[in-house]
Amino acid sequence: MRYSAFSLAREALRGHRDWPRAWRSPPPKKAYDAVVIGGGGHGLATAYYLAKEHGVSNVAVLEKGWIGGGNTGRNTTIVRSNYHLDANAHFYEFSLKLWEKLSQALNFNVMYSARGVLNLVHSPADIDAAMRRGNAMRLNGIDAKFMSREEIAAWIPNLDCSPHARFPILGGLLQPRGGTVRHDAVAWGYARAADALGVDIVERCEVQGIRVEGGAIAGVETSQGFIATPKLGIAVAGHSSHVAAMAGITLPIESHVLQAMVSEPVKPILDTVVTSGAVHFYVSQSDKGELVMGGDLDFYNSYAQRGNLPVIEHVVAACLALFPSFGRLKLMRTWGGIMDMTMDGSPIIAKLPVKGLYMTGGWCYGGFKATPASGFLHAHTIAHDAPHPLNAPFTLERFAEGRMIDEKGAGPYAWAH
Amino acid sequence: MMLIPCPWCGPRNQVEFTYGGDATVERPADDAPMEAWFAYVYLRDNPRGPHDEWWLHSAGCRSWFAVRRDTRTHDILASAPVGEPLGERAS
Repeated sequence: MRYSAFSLAREALRGHRDWPRAWRSPPPKKAYDAVVIGGGGHGLATAYYLAKEHGVSNVAVLEKGWIGGGNTGRNTTIVRSNYHLDANAHFYEFSLKLWEKLSQALNFNVMYSARGVLNLVHSPADIDAAMRRGNAMRLNGIDAKFMSREEIAAWIPNLDCSPHARFPILGGLLQPRGGTVRHDAVAWGYARAADALGVDIVERCEVQGIRVEGGAIAGVETSQGFIATPKLGIAVAGHSSHVAAMAGITLPIESHVLQAMVSEPVKPILDTVVTSGAVHFYVSQSDKGELVMGGDLDFYNSYAQRGNLPVIEHVVAACLALFPSFGRLKLMRTWGGIMDMTMDGSPIIAKLPVKGLYMTGGWCYGGFKATPASGFLHAHTIAHDAPHPLNAPFTLERFAEGRMIDEKGAGPYAWAH
Repeated sequence: MMLIPCPWCGPRNQVEFTYGGDATVERPADDAPMEAWFAYVYLRDNPRGPHDEWWLHSAGCRSWFAVRRDTRTHDILASAPVGEPLGERAS
C-alpha cells in the first residue's frame, strides 16, 4: 500500500485495523544472486539500491536479530557533511543530498529536519580551524556559515555565551542543511521499499561461516542453513572484524564502545544540533522532547554495547558547562553502540581480497549520516564488481599504500582513533 | 565501572588508568619486510572475547602492565607486569 494523506485518512476512519505489514519476513531461499549480511540501515540500503539502481532484485538481507536493532537504533540521528578533505566531503555531501529526497524516494517519512549543525569554537586557534574548514566546505559546494558569539547567543538563548562561562564561546561554524533524521524510520523505510522490489529480508538468521571455493564466494552458513550466492556484501559495522575473519581476512579495525544518553522529555527548548569538539560533547532535542547527548569513546576495545560511568559523567559535565539550565533535567536512559574504529577514522566501502566479497564498514563514530550513500555505493561496487568514483578512495588497501584519508582533516595518523 | 587490578597497587578505579591497546602485536625486526610492518601498525585480531591489552596506571604508580579482559562483558580475567605471563587472576 502506498502511504499518502489519503491512505492515512482512510485507515483512520477504519480505526487503523487494515494497515498491511510493511515488509514480508520470508524464510530464506537456497540461493540468491547477491546476499547482504546485516539488516541495519546500511545493509537494507545496499539491498534497496541493488534492486532499484541495478535491477538485481534476487537479493537476501540476513539479520541475526531484528531489523534496525543494532547501531541503526543506537545512534544520535545527526546528519551533516561538514568535512574537510575532498574524499570525505564529496562522499558525505552525496549522502546529505540523498537524505534530502529520501522520504519521497522511499514513500516513507524519515523526518529529515534541516535544523542545522553548529560546531562551537572556544579559542582563536579554533576560529582559524573553523574558518579553514568552512572555506574548504564552500569550495566543495557545501553550505557553511561562520556565526559570531552574538548571533549564537540570540539564536540559542539557553547556551551560556557569557565571557565567564567555563568554556567561553567565541563563535561557531554552522552547516544549515545538517540536522537530524528519525533513525528507526530509515531502517523501516529502506526495508519496506526493498521488500516491495522483491528483496527477501530474513530476520533471526545469523551468519556463522562464509564458504569460499577456489578463491571465490560460494555462499554463507547460517542459523537457517546454507545459502548459496556468488556475491556477498558485509554491512555489520561494529562487528566487521569477526565476519571478515570468517573469510580469512584481518581488518585494520578495533571495536570500541561509544555511549549516548537522553534526558526526560521536555517541551521544545533547542531547535538545532550543538556540538563542541573542545569538550567532546553534542546535543540535540528529539521530536519526542528528549535531549539526546553524546561524547567520546570509552577508549578500550569492547563488544559489550554498554560503557562505563566516567564518560557519562564527562558528557553531563560538558552539557552543564554549556547549558546550565539543563541541570534540572533527569537523565532517562544511557546506552552504548559498538564502533568499527579504522586506523584513519574513515570508512571502508570496497571489494575485499576474495572474489565476490565486498564490505561497507569501518564507520567509526559516523555511520548513521552515511547510510544512504554507503548503501548506494556498496550496491554499485557489488553490481559492477568495481567501485564508484565516490568510494574509490575508501579501499582496504589504502593503509598499506599510505593513502589514508584522515577523518579529522589534520593529517593521517595510524592512531587517529 | 571497571576495577582494574594493577600488579603493584592492587584493584583501582578505571579513571586512574590509560588504555594502551592490543598487547599481542610484536614489533618486527628493523629489516623485516614491509608487510610485517604494515601488520604491526594497522592489523588487529580485534577478538570478541578475551583480549590481552596494555594499560598504564597513569594516575598511580605510572607502570605499564598487561590485562586479559573479556570484550563482551568487560570482566577482567588476569593482570601481570610487563614480561610476565598472564595467569589466573590472584584474588
